[in-house]
Amino acid sequence: MRTTPKWLFPVLALLPVLGLYGCIRVYPIIETLRLSFFQWNIISRRKPFVGFANFIELASDPLFLEAIFNTTIIAFSVVAITIPVALALAALINSRQGLRHSGVYEASVFLPHVVSLVPAAMAWKWIFDARLGPLNALIGLVGIPAQSWLFDPVLSLVCLIVLCSWQAIGYAVLIFLVGLKNVPDALYEAARLDGASSLQAFRYIAVPLLKPVMLYVSVITLISSYNIYAQAFVLASDVQGAPGHLVRVLVLDMLENSFRNYRVGYAAAEAVVLLVIVLILTGAQFRLFRDRSRA
Amino acid sequence: MSEPDHPSVVGQNRVVGLVIDAVLCAVSLMMLLPLVFLISNAFKTPPELLAWPPTIIPHQPTLENIVSVMRETPLFRWIGNSLIFATLSTASIVSTSAIAGYVLGKFDLPGIPVIFGIIIATAVVPFEVYMIPLYLNVQSAGLLNTWPGLLVGYLIMSFGIFLVRQYVMTSIPDELLEAARVDGAGEGWIFLRIVLPLMRGPLGALAVLAFFQAWTAFAWPLVVMTNKDTYTLEVGLALFQTGFTVDIGHLSAAAALALVPSALFFSLMRRNFVRGVAASGLKE
Repeated sequence: MRTTPKWLFPVLALLPVLGLYGCIRVYPIIETLRLSFFQWNIISRRKPFVGFANFIELASDPLFLEAIFNTTIIAFSVVAITIPVALALAALINSRQGLRHSGVYEASVFLPHVVSLVPAAMAWKWIFDARLGPLNALIGLVGIPAQSWLFDPVLSLVCLIVLCSWQAIGYAVLIFLVGLKNVPDALYEAARLDGASSLQAFRYIAVPLLKPVMLYVSVITLISSYNIYAQAFVLASDVQGAPGHLVRVLVLDMLENSFRNYRVGYAAAEAVVLLVIVLILTGAQFRLFRDRSRA
Repeated sequence: MSEPDHPSVVGQNRVVGLVIDAVLCAVSLMMLLPLVFLISNAFKTPPELLAWPPTIIPHQPTLENIVSVMRETPLFRWIGNSLIFATLSTASIVSTSAIAGYVLGKFDLPGIPVIFGIIIATAVVPFEVYMIPLYLNVQSAGLLNTWPGLLVGYLIMSFGIFLVRQYVMTSIPDELLEAARVDGAGEGWIFLRIVLPLMRGPLGALAVLAFFQAWTAFAWPLVVMTNKDTYTLEVGLALFQTGFTVDIGHLSAAAALALVPSALFFSLMRRNFVRGVAASGLKE
């Protein structure tokens, strides 16, 4: 009766999706890798092959080095703040689980994560504002002189870190809560019978079991912090003609080279550097996972 | 430090519980405060914006900021653009993930592991890495400032395919599909009538993730949509606040109008954010 061959449906079903993957993922990725070895200004027909020249130039380009330095500082600071704070918050929220109001804590900690980046950055921009912002007024109360948060090269970096951590914490808390709920009750009971305090039980039972989750969240947070752009864009753009200090991050430098300086090959080389960083981070995560499961 | 008791343990010390509640209330308040101020600033008069300490509930609430923002900017148009963009992107991601995840999870053809490998490998690559060649393609196809040009970056999601495949493999029994085949059902019918309804859970989670991703997209819409009327909300707001004559009241009004509906929607949907991740990555 049936005449259609068995492979027909899966092949027909997959083809359009694979076509999309080819056109809008695989091809542009390969094209990025290829362009990074060429010198090209978008308009010109001439596109000479320059080997590793773009990468060699990057290695001594002060703007790029500043970008990669800033981005690395931001990414690792955000993780260093987010993971411990989120772990503590998740433990506290978990301990109040089952009470009627515990959902409120969860929702309010999570809210900053789902607020669109631009309005959130605008809210913080006002807080940091040198003349009108409540932050300066607040530190003024304890006798600290007003700072120009968004204009100082170091402080503007701090501002970005605060903003990104504020956004990242909610996600980490939510994932940690899932992890905490998966810890078997019996382990806590056993610890309690052995006379362990709840703090000890958390330290020696929940934390070790949560390690893979912590690793996962750390890597996700690191990678997404390496890709930040909107936050830097908003915090640095001017209000009433006073531009803030531009915190040069990787994506910003890349877009500037490509769309302002028309150096597409050079920007592609930067993209490749970003890719290598992300691959190293992902590889490290897999390695650590495997080491753990072997142990 | 705190006492992280487990929910099943009854008889938690009341005092400790109250202390934890106090800490959590303070933290929740601090997390929300920037957004509360943003919303309250939207209703303040210029002198009150300068007042110290900043008021949370404006003394003389005014709608002036909101009215003039709506006059100065096509804010509702930008919201509409973002809604259309996010909806189309979600539709595309959910349908491509459903079909591809199902086929990759349930059909045993040569090459399927390789295809799945490629899809997962591209998931590692951040969008920003291949954005420039993608832009050049869109440009040479004459699609700048068009819906197709904007959507090109957001039609597929490797994580979605991964999520659906995982679900199909663990939760949809082969026997069910075989039984339908024995009854003479066609493959398309099986997918649409049997498999798809069973995938409602993971597809719902994926839809929220996809919508959120498109709604908060920034760099891609910024370079592709360069016409004031085609901006998405995020881009429109970001460029609006670079204007010279814009004051904090107007900025806050625009940001608050943009923020409140989406923030409410996504925090109600927060379970969906977790479900995706919990279902896949953490079981490794």
